[in-house]
Amino acid sequence: MSALWQADNLPVWLVVWPTFGAIVLFLLPARWRGMTGVSFALANGVLALVTVFFVMEVGVLRQEIGGWAPPLGIALALDGLSALFILMTAVVGGVVSVYAKIYFTQVVVDSARSSLFWPLWLFLWAGLHGLYLANDLFNLYVVIEVIGIAAVALAVLSGKTRAMIAGLRYLIAAVAGSLAYLMGVALLYGSTGVLDIDLMAERLEPGLTTRVAIALMLGGLLVKTAVFPLHFWLPPAHSSAEPPVSAILSALVLKGTFFVILRLWTELFGVSLTFMAGQMVGVLGACAVVWGSFQALRQERLKLVVAHSSVAQIGYLFLLFPLITVPATAVAGGFEWAPLAWSGAVYQVLAHGFAKAAFFLAIGVLVMATGNDHKASMLNMVGRLPMTTFAIGLAGVSLIGLPPSGGFLAKWMLLSAIISSGQWWWVPFVLVGSLMTAGYVFMILRLAFAPSQHEAELKSVPRGLQVCALLLAVGAILIAFPAEWVIDLLEGTSTFGEVVRAGAPVNSGEVGP
Amino acid sequence: MEWGRAKAGAVRGRTMETHFIYMAVSSALFSVGMAGVFLCRHFFKKIIATKIVGAGVFLLLVSIAERDADTFADPVPHAMVITGIVVAVSAAAFALALARRIRIETSRASFEDEEAAE
Repeated sequence: MSALWQADNLPVWLVVWPTFGAIVLFLLPARWRGMTGVSFALANGVLALVTVFFVMEVGVLRQEIGGWAPPLGIALALDGLSALFILMTAVVGGVVSVYAKIYFTQVVVDSARSSLFWPLWLFLWAGLHGLYLANDLFNLYVVIEVIGIAAVALAVLSGKTRAMIAGLRYLIAAVAGSLAYLMGVALLYGSTGVLDIDLMAERLEPGLTTRVAIALMLGGLLVKTAVFPLHFWLPPAHSSAEPPVSAILSALVLKGTFFVILRLWTELFGVSLTFMAGQMVGVLGACAVVWGSFQALRQERLKLVVAHSSVAQIGYLFLLFPLITVPATAVAGGFEWAPLAWSGAVYQVLAHGFAKAAFFLAIGVLVMATGNDHKASMLNMVGRLPMTTFAIGLAGVSLIGLPPSGGFLAKWMLLSAIISSGQWWWVPFVLVGSLMTAGYVFMILRLAFAPSQHEAELKSVPRGLQVCALLLAVGAILIAFPAEWVIDLLEGTSTFGEVVRAGAPVNSGEVGP
Repeated sequence: MEWGRAKAGAVRGRTMETHFIYMAVSSALFSVGMAGVFLCRHFFKKIIATKIVGAGVFLLLVSIAERDADTFADPVPHAMVITGIVVAVSAAAFALALARRIRIETSRASFEDEEAAE
């Protein structure tokens, strides 16, 4: 019995605890779910803190479930990167949970339905933890599906027709994406006979099968991460969901599949990648930055502005891949920009997670006060809802990348990495993206400061909701300060700061030919 | 053909051609299904298309289980197929429930007039 509480079992607890919470919440009567849900979320936060301290003390932890070693059993792996994602999920998820508790008691559409938020959200949380820890391609498929189905169920929670149509589109895209991923896994299993990522990385050989498999897996994951031009499902789904759900979907769910791509790209795909593959993914990211920002500028409804802005901000993340994929002929050593590119992308994940969640929560407050999310409802908000306007402003500062915010640090590191890697062609995309982001953020803020002729009476909004939005927005600024600590934590990740040498087995980036 | 460690030539009466047939059929199903997912507008057709994609994937998984034909069929792909089917069934049930609900509330059955409705 005592073995259950050993620290080595931490990865299992990270998955079991939220799953247990989800089941308990599902069984509880609707009126108890809110409070219990928040307590489970806080307990998840404690678990995440323990995880981070554990990783700081002990380093990478690999657990073979039930003592069965792969290829027979399955393993979970916990390293700096997963600990950081778990911590971000806990902080953003915790604040969103408190917001959701207040929001759903205030806006009662149908309490039996809206209280289903809690079990679904905890299932989603369990899926995310599973995703950060999985070290096995098939487990990844299962948790991706758990996340996908829970995310769609959350997105249609409001029961509005618009949300359901968007949700159906999201679900079909998600299922098609994960089946493409599974097809790739089947091909890789066919040629290696293992599913464990580490074992497969040893056995995988370059060739046509491997290349097709990687293309299928990558394609499937890109659909789920909503990378241009596969982002079509995102704006309707994210903009029609309830505010806490929109915050979860864009701050956490999108980052989940990015995490998988990053992990597979650096730990597994290297053997069959080419320099051009990295460049192509980078082009998709660059197009997403420009296209998403352009669409965001054109929208009339605030939620759609923010949803399109997610497409753009996700695009930045994919500029990492061309930077860390070097041609086979590159001279060994001297890839000093790689750690910078890595930290930049991870910071972009954190900064976007906080800022976008804050943005969606703040717009939720606005919708509650004015009854709609048309741009015009922002008129003269600075005097009437100062705290929420301030939250939108701070989140916007981080999205644009103005100092001293998390977004600034992310874009600065990415930009420095781009320049020192010599791939100068990405520079204009980063800069133009920031400029266009400034365009739509200032467009919203300009309205907030503009006087309006006929002011409708605002409905009262609980202070707690406004505080939650502000907390996350302040978080988006404050995360810039512990940068050194974050990078220290990341250095525990085996592939952190390494480059992927095209066509070479993984982890030989520094050895060279 | 780098088909795992499956031996070329006859393995208990089955040849590489058998593998080739399975592989060709599953990639055909996969491609037809994917085309359907992206091209069809009707809810039900789109859902059926995802099922066809699934059939292609599961057929491939079942057929690679025979890679070590001298001894037993490899049970791991079978376990993967079982899990995959469970996931696919629940996703399809969810999608059908959503489509039915949309149909009841708006009498629409395809993504056609989505923008017009807003």
